Amino acid sequence: MAELKQPVTEKPLPEGSAEKASPASLRAEDFGIDTTARTTREAVRDYVRNLRNGELGALPALAGLLVLFVLFWILDTFLPQGSGGTFISLGNLANLLQQGAGPTIIAMGLVFVLLTGEIDLAAGTASGVTAAVMALHFVRDGNLLGSLGWPVFILFALVVVVAIVLALVVRIWVAAVFCAIALVLLLIGFPPNAWLEMLFAITVGVVLGTISGFLVAELGMPSFVATLALFIAWQGVLLQFIGEGGTLGLRDPVIFAVANGNLSTLGSWLLFVVAAGGYAFVLLNRQRSRRRLGLVAQPTGLVLAKVTAVVVLGAIATALLTVNRSPGAIEISGVPYVVPIVLALLVVGTYVLDRTKFGRHVYAVGGNREAARRAGIDVVRIRAAVFMISTAMAAIGAIVYSSKVGSVSPTAGGGNTLLFAVGAAVIGGTSLFGGRGRISNAVIGGAVLATVQNGLGLLKQPSAVVFIVTGLVLLLAAAVDVASRRRSATATR
Amino acid sequence: MTQPILALRGVNKSFGAVQVLHDVDFTVRAGEVTALVGDNGAGKSTLVKCVAGIHPVDRGEIFFDGEPVHITSPTDAAKLGIEVVYQDLALADNLDIVQNMFLGRERGNPWMLDEAEMEQAARRTLASLSVRTVTSVRMPVSALSGGQRQTVAIAKAVLWDSKVIMLDEPTAALGVAQTRQVLDLVRRLAEQGLGVVLISHNMADVFEVSDRIATLYLGRMVADVATKDVTHSQVVELITAGRSGELGLARPEAVTI
Ligand SMILES: Nc1ncnc2c1ncn2[C@@H]1O[C@H](COP(=O)(O)OP(=O)(O)O)[C@@H](O)[C@H]1O
Ligand SMILES: [Mg+2]
Repeated sequence: MAELKQPVTEKPLPEGSAEKASPASLRAEDFGIDTTARTTREAVRDYVRNLRNGELGALPALAGLLVLFVLFWILDTFLPQGSGGTFISLGNLANLLQQGAGPTIIAMGLVFVLLTGEIDLAAGTASGVTAAVMALHFVRDGNLLGSLGWPVFILFALVVVVAIVLALVVRIWVAAVFCAIALVLLLIGFPPNAWLEMLFAITVGVVLGTISGFLVAELGMPSFVATLALFIAWQGVLLQFIGEGGTLGLRDPVIFAVANGNLSTLGSWLLFVVAAGGYAFVLLNRQRSRRRLGLVAQPTGLVLAKVTAVVVLGAIATALLTVNRSPGAIEISGVPYVVPIVLALLVVGTYVLDRTKFGRHVYAVGGNREAARRAGIDVVRIRAAVFMISTAMAAIGAIVYSSKVGSVSPTAGGGNTLLFAVGAAVIGGTSLFGGRGRISNAVIGGAVLATVQNGLGLLKQPSAVVFIVTGLVLLLAAAVDVASRRRSATATR
Repeated sequence: MTQPILALRGVNKSFGAVQVLHDVDFTVRAGEVTALVGDNGAGKSTLVKCVAGIHPVDRGEIFFDGEPVHITSPTDAAKLGIEVVYQDLALADNLDIVQNMFLGRERGNPWMLDEAEMEQAARRTLASLSVRTVTSVRMPVSALSGGQRQTVAIAKAVLWDSKVIMLDEPTAALGVAQTRQVLDLVRRLAEQGLGVVLISHNMADVFEVSDRIATLYLGRMVADVATKDVTHSQVVELITAGRSGELGLARPEAVTI
């Protein structure tokens, strides 16, 4: 420390030479590189470099989905134990969508939690509880008090009241409102109504998510332990509500239609126009305005290619799904309702994460919690909110999977439901380390898992094989995640 | 002598049983560069974090523009116009440069961020710091080198219309040319009338840009002197022994940690 070195400067500078030594404006073009329109070739080269550096995103999962599709197509058609082409039949493709939707929606909610670097093990059984409350209310003519009995009913109402308080403590007013709606719906004993039942399920989801969020964010419990405890507890609540061995049938045309109904042909094409047209409009509009303002933009060719691909694939899918796919006398056609449901959740979720302050802060908390705190972000609030979102989405998933099965049993949302949802998010490219992932990852990953299960089922493989293969697929996805992280770590420093 | 923009009086801070700051007085004047020096572990970063609202002070007062203030969160500090470049940079690796620079203070409506406005403002600020080799402001911070990250962290602080900027070892990861730019920037900020605090271990840098030098020794402020009144070796003595001739602690051997 005693030896003091003069700093080596490029050229000796006299003292107080501030203005002389500011090359500021001259170097503006250093950042000009990204404003100039990149050619498609440069963009492709950058893209390849990003891939090399480990920024893989959803690409491996999409490629995997394609491979799986072709593989099952071939195996199912040509293997002796295959069904001779059922896999690729229209009926099966629609079925695939309907089966995969429930778990996929749960996975979409989980992405929010995973982005903050936490886990929500309770979302599965919590979804079961919301389904049970909905079914119980529906089956017992809105008389929850009678079906639960006084003590359980009062305890349940107390839990809801506590959740309202907890939501206020973590300052998430929307959640408090949802919990209050749950309380009102619980107490007024409205007559069975499919729409109100579904709203009830979602609000109960927020109630349960508020409890997880409070434990993790406000009390600072590790999410693994807190939600593991709740996972077990909700399983017990579910058993208490339905009773061992019980099953509650959901014989309502509206609830049944959620996962089993289809849009009319006209509705299907309207959906296509709205969805594909909206996608094209948003992408092209953004491209135009970014170009005009001289902001970082993708090459127009690439954007056009993306838009074209989505429009063409969407049109093909819509055309196929509006063909009669029933082998019997009654015609079945049209895009299943689950498609607009998942699309709407995908659009809203993506918008929230990409374009709102809240979404930005979710990523920041997952990327560097201390930096987020220093930036003045209310970290407790963000961490609590993601659990509320996750459980509310799980409730929507529960509505869909209960509708598919047509009943709710004590196993609803239990077993592997949650872990499969985590798997779906990870297979799609969401990192369990936090900070990286998108809602669309869950959709792609959910499609991969649904395809594996459906395809192996058609090949008449026993559960043993289905589980092992599913595990291997997840392992592969985790390996890709680790490898890409290692690459991006070495590529930078 | 101008009125202090920021003044700490008798600030104490402990982490558990360890007292890190002892009755610290510290003054920052507008238009001046105040160097804060001291050995590793002397408490420089802790002092900065107390002012930034990251650590609450145990005892003592903070005055801003002559008024006593209570800084209990980073937002409070930002509202007063205090910006900090942290030693550990505090950037979110998964976000890009623009997103990091505006983190917590995003422009636009909370339900519709104004990305265009943020990107343009970020580019202007970065260009004024002449960041080289970064090809895009939309690059994730994880893809930047140490020096580039440091510049982003500095740009993040400079972006705002602030009154006090505190830089905690801002040149630690920088090369020669970049260090030069940061030192020039520090001078320029002071000339624009900001109060600048520079923490650095490099005596040559400190002597080149600072107007005053404040020395922390084991959590005590042992000297706050005009740069022109001291020599390199005096400051080094203050840092390592807590005293130098007439300056510093009266009897350093009496100090216990
Ligand atoms: N968050 C903390 N918890 C406990 N001790 C801390 C914390 N931050 C700093 N310290 C301690 O405070 C002392 C001063 O640290 P710091 O302010 O970082 O020193 P400097 O920046 O001068 O090198 C060190 O002994 C350090 O271990
Ligand atoms: Mg330090």
